[in-house]
Amino acid sequence: MDNFTPVSALAGGVLIGTAAVWLLAANGRIAGVSGILHGLVGPMSASPPADWWWRAAFIAGLIAAGFAWHAFAGAAPGENAGLAWAAVAGALVGLGTRLGGGCTSGHGVCGLARLSLRSLVAVVAFMAAGMAATFVMRHVLGASS
Amino acid sequence: MLASVFGAGLLFGIGLWLSGMANPRKVLDFLDITGNWDPSLLLVMGGAVAVTAIAFRPLLKIKPIDFKTSIDAPLVIGAAIFGIGWGIGGYCPGPALTALSNLSADVFVFVAAMVAGGLFARIFSPAAPGA
Repeated sequence: MDNFTPVSALAGGVLIGTAAVWLLAANGRIAGVSGILHGLVGPMSASPPADWWWRAAFIAGLIAAGFAWHAFAGAAPGENAGLAWAAVAGALVGLGTRLGGGCTSGHGVCGLARLSLRSLVAVVAFMAAGMAATFVMRHVLGASS
Repeated sequence: MLASVFGAGLLFGIGLWLSGMANPRKVLDFLDITGNWDPSLLLVMGGAVAVTAIAFRPLLKIKPIDFKTSIDAPLVIGAAIFGIGWGIGGYCPGPALTALSNLSADVFVFVAAMVAGGLFARIFSPAAPGA
C-alpha cells in the first residue's frame, strides 16, 4: 500500500462532490458523466435537442480541466496495454454504462449519496467485474503492468 | 447557465486529476486487490459522497427528479460489462474524457470506442439513459 495517497484522494473527492452539487444547483441535472456523454452523441434531427448544449458545456469543462491540470502539474502518467485493449475497454465501457444507466459518477457518487439501492447494486456489480478483469489482465494475461 | 455548467465540468475534472483517478494505473492499483493494493479510490468516493449526500437532499426537495429505482437485468449486466471495460483499460467515462488532454493515442481510441459502444447499446436499450 505504498501507493496510497489519502490526502489528495479525499481532497479530489470533495472537489468531485462539490462539482456534482454545483451542476444540480445550476441546472437540476445529475453529474453522471456516461449519461451526459451518451445524450450528447445520440441520433438527432436537424437542430440539436434542448439539453444538448449543457451536456456539451459540461464535457467541454471536463476536457479543459485536463489541459489546465497539465499546464500546472505537467504531463500525466498513463498505463497502456496497447491500442487493441483500449478499443475493447472503451467499447465495453460505452456499452455497459448505456445499458446499466450510469458509471462511477452517476451510480457511484450521486446514486450512493441518495442511498439508491439500484445504484448500490450497480456499484457492487461494476466493482466486482472490474476487480475480476484487472486480475485477469495483470496476473493471468500479463497484458498491463 | 452554460458558463456555470462548464465551470462544474472543469471542477469535476480538476477533482479527478487531484484525486489521481485520471491516472489509469492508480485505478487499476485499486481494482487489483491481490497485487500492491491502493485503497485511494475508496477515499475519493467517500469524499465525493460525503459532500453530495449532505447537499443533494435540500436541492432535490426544491427541484425533484424522477429517478429510476428498478433493479433488473440490464442494470446488472450493463454494470458488469462496464466493470470489465474499466478493469481492462483503467478508465471510466469521466477520467477518459479529461485524459484526452494527454494527447495519447490510447485515450483517443478508448473514447471513440466508448462513444460507439454507447450508440450500439441503443439497439438493446432505446430509452433515455439515466442513473
